[in-house]
Amino acid sequence: MLAAGRTGTPSAGPMLDYLPTMAAEVEQVDPARADGALGDSPVVIEARDIEKSFRIAGHRVDSLKERLTAFSSQDHKDLHALRGVSFEIRRGEFFGIVGRNGSGKSTLLKILASIYAADRGTVRMAGRLAPFIELGVGFNLELTARENVELNGVMMGLHRREARSRLDAVLEFAELGEFVDMKLKNYSSGMLVRLAFAVMIQSDAEILLIDEVLAVGDAAFQQKCADVFHEIRDSGRTVVLVTHDMAAVEHYCHRAMLLHDGVIAASGDPDEVARRYLRLNFEGASSGGDGDDWGDAPELRLVDARLLGPGGEAVNNLEKGTPLRLESSFVAGRDIVRPSFGFVIVNADGVEIGGIGKDLEDGGPEILRAGERVTISGVVGNQLAPGRYYVKCWVYRDHNYGDIVLHAPHLIDFVVFGGAEPGVVRLDSEVTVRVGEGP
Amino acid sequence: MSTEPASLELQEVRGPSALGGGSRRFFDLLWLISLNEFRKTFFGTALGYVWSLVRPLMLFAVLYVVFTKIIKFGGVEHYPVLLLFNVVLFSYFQEATGGAVGSVLAQEGIVRKTQFPRLVIPLSPGLVALFTLGLNMVAVLVFILASGIEPMWTWLFFPLLLVPLLILTAALSMLLSALNVRFRDVGIIWVVVAQALFYGSPVLYPIDTPGIPEALRNVLLVNPLTPILEQGRHWIIDPNAPSAVAAAGGWLHMLPAIGIFLAVCAAGVWVFRREAPKIAELL
Repeated sequence: MLAAGRTGTPSAGPMLDYLPTMAAEVEQVDPARADGALGDSPVVIEARDIEKSFRIAGHRVDSLKERLTAFSSQDHKDLHALRGVSFEIRRGEFFGIVGRNGSGKSTLLKILASIYAADRGTVRMAGRLAPFIELGVGFNLELTARENVELNGVMMGLHRREARSRLDAVLEFAELGEFVDMKLKNYSSGMLVRLAFAVMIQSDAEILLIDEVLAVGDAAFQQKCADVFHEIRDSGRTVVLVTHDMAAVEHYCHRAMLLHDGVIAASGDPDEVARRYLRLNFEGASSGGDGDDWGDAPELRLVDARLLGPGGEAVNNLEKGTPLRLESSFVAGRDIVRPSFGFVIVNADGVEIGGIGKDLEDGGPEILRAGERVTISGVVGNQLAPGRYYVKCWVYRDHNYGDIVLHAPHLIDFVVFGGAEPGVVRLDSEVTVRVGEGP
Repeated sequence: MSTEPASLELQEVRGPSALGGGSRRFFDLLWLISLNEFRKTFFGTALGYVWSLVRPLMLFAVLYVVFTKIIKFGGVEHYPVLLLFNVVLFSYFQEATGGAVGSVLAQEGIVRKTQFPRLVIPLSPGLVALFTLGLNMVAVLVFILASGIEPMWTWLFFPLLLVPLLILTAALSMLLSALNVRFRDVGIIWVVVAQALFYGSPVLYPIDTPGIPEALRNVLLVNPLTPILEQGRHWIIDPNAPSAVAAAGGWLHMLPAIGIFLAVCAAGVWVFRREAPKIAELL
């Protein structure tokens, strides 16, 4: 079997930014769904024609002398981070904002959070807003958890007494009760994240603005975050989530919006927005038609991907129990040091069932040279319950999950057919039965 | 829907501001942040509180030796206590403004990622310094009594000295912290200016010191700290010393200092209000 690579969603680090810029196309992906289940809920965030630009000096004018000597020269340009963004978010919605680095999504979040002031346009909101956009901001490492919880509460606008009374709930949630009087600088990073998360969740804010929160914590904590997000989603609180993580968008969001170069390029159904984002991000000269989501980065091109049947022919449905034979080929545009290839099988509910991975140097050369073609084939025992599945694929460099060379979100769609089964996988089992006399 | 929102009326979000989020939140935050900071300096080092006391005392000791043993500055009643009193008051001013200058830059992480009343940042070093001042005044009181000065009813006016000092300090803190975001050398310049102010204020010598050069006297007359320190001498240390008005030579001569005081206040408020919404993006 193939070497086990990390198969989960890669950490939402900085996305690749060397890709060619695309012309922005505004598109309401699915207006019907946009007014879906929450259509009659009141609007709690309303943004109208938000514009924001930053003055970027040729070099930063930080000192008096520079200011005095640079008076005459117009050595700056205006960067239009947002140009006329309007949207509404309804109460109880989990709303995703996605976009590449520099698309204006973080600026927008900061305007919603009153950290930046918009140049033009209005934002109106109803309900208490959590003033943080990242976990753990405002924590003072020199202080204990007790003092920090109080400080955070006051930052949220609570009275000191109210803030203190929340302490128990926060610590219980974070499972840090015994460390209440320990200074945060002595906390492990995991404990810190737990505390930060607990503070946010236990706040009584009705609107939460969150920037990339899912990128933190270990696997167990991620799971806890996932539970909490489902909880928040169901509790009627409104969440605006800015993220690079399309899996999160697809999992949690009722609606999503894609920003590109400061304008809304798509909004509506999160799955569709996620697909648009990934296409925008990885679109290249050779990508196919509309239904085609093959990733394509200039460094590495995916040239072929198929699922093979028992006789070696390409198929897109398999009987349950038939081993999955995956084969995909890539051509390198540049030298790539120690690439690792990962494939994840995802079911129709977005649950990642499992995956396979392979490091190139494990059986191949250390460096994939420009122009070389590499074909990865793998066989996976098929314990999948009947249903629809798709395969996504990541290629990252030098064992660094953050350094993604290529990401193909929808490599292959396939169906496993056969009689219905409970659950998502069929477990290997041996079941026996014995019948004898009664007691 | 388990949580019922407070109000479903959409309200305009006005973006960041000096006092954004209401005055109660502002005062709670200011108090809590300053208290935490104060505790940190107290319990963070081995000698804690002793340091905050020792610093002005050491400065005082050095100045005392220089001005009474070496230069033999004389003719001022209760000179040692006056010197200590002035040094402690000036230390407050210097610590508060010195802390405020770089405060916005130092709190960059919070400023860029949370929405909260920006004014808390430059004012919190002032409150921390005020806690220290309170403790130091206890020590000053001990020295005053030990030097044989009888308690006077004019000591009750001490808060009246403090009010203009606090206002001036706060206004300067606002002005300097906001300017320092745009011009990073303000912080460096202020160190020098504050040092010059130490000699350009009646800390080491009262304004009625005989033989004081005319030029220096003019500097003292425009310095808003002068009336505060002079009046302090009159009320707290030596009732026979001239009041601030008398020391200046009449109300008319107070006008420059009052004018500068008002100008600094206006500039501080105006600049900070103007800059507060933009601080996060300028960092």
